[in-house]
Amino acid sequence: MTVTDSQTSHGILGTRTLRKEDPKLLSGEAKFTDDLVIPGALYMALLRSTVAHAKIVSIDTEAAKEAPGVVAVYTYEDLKDDWAGPMPCAWPVTPDMKNPTHFPLANGKVNYVGDGVAVVLANSKEAAIDALELINVEYDELDPVLEIEDSAKDERVIHEDLGTNASYKWDLIPNKDGVDEAFAKAAYTVSERYIQQRIVPAAMEPRSIVVVPAPFGGDFTIYNTTQIPHILKIMLALTVGISETKLRVIAPSVGGGFGSKLDVYAEDVLTLALARKLRKPIRWTEERTENALATIHGRGQVQYIELAADENGKVTAVRVNILADMGAYLQLITPGIPLLGAFLYHGVYDVPNYSFSCTGYFTNKTPTDAYRGAGRPEATFAIERAMDALAHKMGVSPIELRRRNFIQKEQFPYSSAAGLVFDSGDYETNLDKAVGLFGIEDILAEKQRRIDSGSTKLLGIGISFFVEMCGLAPSRVLASLNYGAGGWEAATVRILPTSKVQVVTGSAPHGQGHETAWAMIVADRLGIDINDIEVLHSDTAIAPHGLDTYGSRSLSVGGSAVHMATEKVLEKARSIAAHQLEVSEADLDYANGMFTVKGSPDKAFPLAGAAFEAFTAHNLPDGMEPNLEASVTWDPPNFTFPYGSHLALVEVDTETGKVDLLRYLAVDDCGNRVNPLIIEGQVHGGLAQGIAQALFEEAAYDDRGNLITSTLADYLVPSAAEFPFFELDHTVTPSPTNPLGVKGIGEAGAIASPPAIINAVVDALNHLGIEDVEMPASPQRVWRAINAAKKG
Amino acid sequence: MFPSSFDYVRASSVSEAISILNNEEDAKLIAGGHSLLPLMKLRLANPSKLVDIGRIGDLSYIADRGDHVAIGALTRHAAIESSDVVKASVPMLAYVASLVGDPSVRHRGTLGGSVSHGDGASDLPAAILALDATLVVTSASGVREVAAKDFFKGFLETDLNQGEVLTEIKVPKATGGWSYQKFNRRAQDWAIVGVAAVRNGSTKISLVNMASMPIRAEAVESALSGGASIEEAAALASEGIEPPSDLNASADYRRHLASVLVRRALVEASSN
Amino acid sequence: MEVTMTVNGAKVSKDVEPRTLLVHFVRDNLGLTGTNVGCDTSSCGACTVHVNGESVKSCTMLAVQADGQEITTIEGMAQANGEMHPMQKAFQENHGLQCGYCTPGMVMAATSLLKENPHPTEQEVRNGLEGNLCRCTGYHNIVKAVLAAADGMAEV
Repeated sequence: MTVTDSQTSHGILGTRTLRKEDPKLLSGEAKFTDDLVIPGALYMALLRSTVAHAKIVSIDTEAAKEAPGVVAVYTYEDLKDDWAGPMPCAWPVTPDMKNPTHFPLANGKVNYVGDGVAVVLANSKEAAIDALELINVEYDELDPVLEIEDSAKDERVIHEDLGTNASYKWDLIPNKDGVDEAFAKAAYTVSERYIQQRIVPAAMEPRSIVVVPAPFGGDFTIYNTTQIPHILKIMLALTVGISETKLRVIAPSVGGGFGSKLDVYAEDVLTLALARKLRKPIRWTEERTENALATIHGRGQVQYIELAADENGKVTAVRVNILADMGAYLQLITPGIPLLGAFLYHGVYDVPNYSFSCTGYFTNKTPTDAYRGAGRPEATFAIERAMDALAHKMGVSPIELRRRNFIQKEQFPYSSAAGLVFDSGDYETNLDKAVGLFGIEDILAEKQRRIDSGSTKLLGIGISFFVEMCGLAPSRVLASLNYGAGGWEAATVRILPTSKVQVVTGSAPHGQGHETAWAMIVADRLGIDINDIEVLHSDTAIAPHGLDTYGSRSLSVGGSAVHMATEKVLEKARSIAAHQLEVSEADLDYANGMFTVKGSPDKAFPLAGAAFEAFTAHNLPDGMEPNLEASVTWDPPNFTFPYGSHLALVEVDTETGKVDLLRYLAVDDCGNRVNPLIIEGQVHGGLAQGIAQALFEEAAYDDRGNLITSTLADYLVPSAAEFPFFELDHTVTPSPTNPLGVKGIGEAGAIASPPAIINAVVDALNHLGIEDVEMPASPQRVWRAINAAKKG
Repeated sequence: MFPSSFDYVRASSVSEAISILNNEEDAKLIAGGHSLLPLMKLRLANPSKLVDIGRIGDLSYIADRGDHVAIGALTRHAAIESSDVVKASVPMLAYVASLVGDPSVRHRGTLGGSVSHGDGASDLPAAILALDATLVVTSASGVREVAAKDFFKGFLETDLNQGEVLTEIKVPKATGGWSYQKFNRRAQDWAIVGVAAVRNGSTKISLVNMASMPIRAEAVESALSGGASIEEAAALASEGIEPPSDLNASADYRRHLASVLVRRALVEASSN
Repeated sequence: MEVTMTVNGAKVSKDVEPRTLLVHFVRDNLGLTGTNVGCDTSSCGACTVHVNGESVKSCTMLAVQADGQEITTIEGMAQANGEMHPMQKAFQENHGLQCGYCTPGMVMAATSLLKENPHPTEQEVRNGLEGNLCRCTGYHNIVKAVLAAADGMAEV
C-alpha cells in the first residue's frame, strides 16, 4: 500500500482530480464494441421499413440469399420460434395500459419508417449491407398517424387489436376540489400550450453489439454498448429464453448514451437469438441513419399547463394535461417517461393545489423513451415558461415573481402537494448569487437602448430556476409507480493481499468518470493514493449486482454504496489491527492507511498489514472470515433534489430571425461536490444538449412519416462554433438523503436550459407582442413569429 | 456506410482520364471526393468506375495572369483560402473558400470538383458565378472556354459532357468592393441562403440555394445599373426565382432572406 | 487492389477493394481502432486523421486515394517514449473528454488547426473545430484544452 500524505490523497474529495479514464481514451487504446476483433463472426444487417404504416404483402429474400458472402436471410416467419416472448416493456404504468405485442422483426405489418423487416447474416459487413438491396418487399400502404393530437382522435387506429391509439391515461390528482377552487378564486390565471419536439439522442458512438457463444456449455458473452448491462441481461434471458446463468453482458467503453442506450432493442434480441441458432458469433453496428430511425427518440409531448395565482402573484394551483407521443411501440420504459416529470410541474414553487394528467398515444413514428432528463426537462419547461407568462400578464419581473413563490429554506424537508418530500434547498441564496453574477441591470439598459434606437439586433434575458428529482430511486416508491425494478445499487470494496484496492460497482458508466469519482471516495476514506484503486464495472460476471446508470443516480446511490462498503471494509481491518496490536478496536485511530493506538502513536499497524493478514488468515480474530472485502447494497430512502438558477442572454436578429446565444450562466446546487472538474463537465454537456433542443434540434417528419432529419447533416447537433463559453458557479446544500450529501448533476443542464433560452427569446421580442416561440426556435420560426406579430 | 462496388483507375494525365471517360459511359471523375463520395456512401450515386484525377500534379496551381487569376481545377479549398495571390487579387474567393464545410473538408475538396458538381447550395460555384469566371474545359477534341454564367444548367447539371474535364478556372481580378453573406444554422452547414456581391465595374450578385443551381440575381443587377437604391434593388432579390422549400426554409422565407442578405451584401460591398 | 502507405511511421501494404474507405482500412485492415466512425455524411469528424500532416475525414476518402501518402492516426500521436502529445495532455488536464468517442478525431483536428494557426483566438478554435461533433462536453473544455495546448506548445 502506498501511504501518501494528506496533500495528495486524504481530503481528495472536492478536488479537481484528473480522470483515470482519460489516457486510454486519448491514446486510442480504449475499446468500444465495434473495435473488438472477434474471429469468425457473422455480420448482421437489417432491412428496415421505408414506409411508416403498411401491411406487408410479400417479402422476397431469394436473391439476397444467393448473394456472395451471405449466410442466411430471415424474416419474422423464419424466426418466430426463436424467442420466448415479445419485446419487453418494463413499466406498465397502469393496470389497463395497452401494449402492442411486437417482435424484433415485423409480423405482417410495419408501423414506422425503420421498423425491422428482414435480417441478413453474411461473412462481411459489406456483403450483409449489399444484400439488403436484393430483398424485395411489397407493401400495401396505409395512411400514417403522425401527430399526437390526430392520434388522440382515433380516426385511424394503428394497432387494430387494441381498438384505440391511447396506451394509457395516468392521473395524479390528489385534491381536485382544491384545484378547482383555486382557479375559481384566482386573481390571475394563465393557460399555456407548449410543444416538446422529438429529439434524436445522437450519442456519438452508434449502438453496437457482438454476441459470442462459448465453445461449449451453451453460454453467451454479449458485448453491448449499453447503459444497463444488468437490466439487459435479465431482459434478454426472459425475452430470448436463455437461462440468466448462461448470459454474461459486458459493456466495453461506451460512447455516450443520454438514455438512448437504456433500452432493449430488436437488435439486442436478434443478435443473441441468431448466435444461438447458428452457434456463431454475431455482430452488428448501427449506421448513423439507423441511429436516427431505429434508436429511440426523446421528448415528444403536447403540454397544457394552467396556473392560478392570487393578486400578489402567489401561485395557488397548477393544472397540467400532457399528451405524450409513444411512437409505434412501447420500448423498455416508454410509458413511464412522463411520470418522471409528473410530480414536478410546480417547479421550485410552494403551490398548495396540484393536478396532473397524462395520456400516452401511439403514432407511426420511432418509439420514444428516456432522453437526458426524461420527464423532468418537460416539466421544468412547462412551469418555467408558464411563470414567465404569468409575470408578463401581471407586469412584474420574472425574477420577482419567482421569489414570491419559492419554497422557503425553512420549509425543508418540504412535502409537496404532488406527494414528494424535497430533501434540502435554499433557493433564494442561489438566485441572489446568479443575479449578482449576471449583471442584469447593465444588460437591461443596453436592451432598452437597442429597442429605442430601432436596432434589428435585440437582446433578451431568460431565467429558468429548476429542481429535479433524481438519484433514482427508493425501490418502494418505484413500486408505487409500477416500475419493473428497484432503485438500489451494489458495491464491493476489496483490499487485495498486496494492498491494492478493487472497487466493484453495479453502476455502468458511459463517459461520466465513475472510475475517478469512485476511486476518490475510497481514497478519501482510506487515505490512500487513487492510483492504487481500480474500479471494476460494466461486466455482469465481475459486478453481478447492479441497476446501472441513468437518472443522475450513479453518485448518490452507487457512490453512496461505495462509501458504505469502504466503511465496512475499514471496520474489518480495524478488528484485524486491534487483534494484532492487542488493543480494543475503540482504542484505534485511523488515518492515511495506518491504525494507531490512541495516546501511543508509535504503536501502529498498517491497513496493508491487515490486508495481508486477512489473506494468509494465519492469525485472525476468532470466528473472522478470511479476506478483506465488504459488500453493500443500498436502497436510498428518498430521491435527491438538485436545483439551480440559469440565466441566458440572447441576441435576436429581427430581420432573419436568427438567435445567437451570447452568454449563459448556470449556478447549480448539487449538494456536496466530489470532483468539480467532472461536475462542470456534466453541466457543460447538459447545457449544450438543452440549448440544442431550444435552438437547433428536431426530429422532423414529412407528411408520409419519413424522418427528414436522418443524418447529422440534417439533424443539427451543434458544434463548438455555435456556443460561447459557459459561466458556471454553484451553491452547496448537502442532501440529507445519503451519506455523501450529494445530489446528482448529469441531467441538470439539459433540464434547466431549454426554458432559459426560450424565455430569453420571448423576452427579446415581447414588446412586439410575442408571447411564445416553439422549440426549436429556428430562424424561420422566429421570423414567422415576428411577421405574425407585425400583422397583429 | 460505404459505397457499392466499383472499379478504380488512377489517371496520370488529363488525356488519360478523358480517354477512359470516353470508353466507359458510367465512369465518373473523382478528385478530392468531397462531393461524390458522400453521395456514393448513401448509394445515391453508384458509378461503375471511378477515374481518380487527384494526383495529376499540374492541375493544382494558383497563378497571377495579369488581369485574372488562373486556378487549376485540383486546387484545394484550403490552398485558395490561404493563397496570397487570391487574397490580394480576388479576396472574396479566398473568403468564400474559408467558409466551405470545415477545415478537414477544405483540406481535400477541390475548386474544380465543387464547380463541376454544380450544387446550387454550394458556396464556390455561386462565388465564381458572381466573379464572372471563365471555365476551361478539356476534352479529346481540345480545349474550350465557358463563361460561368453559361456553365450551370440545372440540378447537379453543368455544361460538361461525358469525356470532358474541367481543368482550370480563370477568375478576373476583383479588388473592388465585395461581400459574401452566408446564412446557415451551424457553421459547417450549407447555406440556407447565400449571397455573393462583387463590385467590379458593374455590380454582380449571385445567389446560393435559391434555385436548383447557382444563379445570378439579374433583377437586382439591372435595377442597380438603372440607378436604383440598395434598398430598392434588394427588394428584387428573388424576382423571377422559384426558391426551394425544405425544413430550414420555405420558399417565402428564402425570398425574404435573399432580400435581407442582398441588401447587407450591397451595403458591405459599397463600404470596402 | 494493392495499396501502400506509411501509417504512423511504418510502411504498410494491403490488398483492398476500391470502395474501402480509409477509415475502414485503418480500423479493419490495420487494427488501428482508435479512429472512430460516427456518421455517414462527413459531418461528425470522429474519423479525423492526418494525411500528409493535414486533418482529413477518413470516412470521405478511399484507401486507394491514400496510396503512397503519409497517414497519422491517434495511435501515432504519442511520443516515442510513450508520453502523450501536448494536445492529448491538454485534453486530460482540461477535462476535454467524457465518453471519449469523438476524442481521437477532435485531437487530430485540433493539432492540424494549431499547425496552420499556432495562436488562435477562442473563436478561431471554435470555427476550426466546426466539423467535429461532441455530444458530451458542450465543447467548453475542448476549446479550453486547445487554447491551453496552443499556449503550451508555443512555450516549447
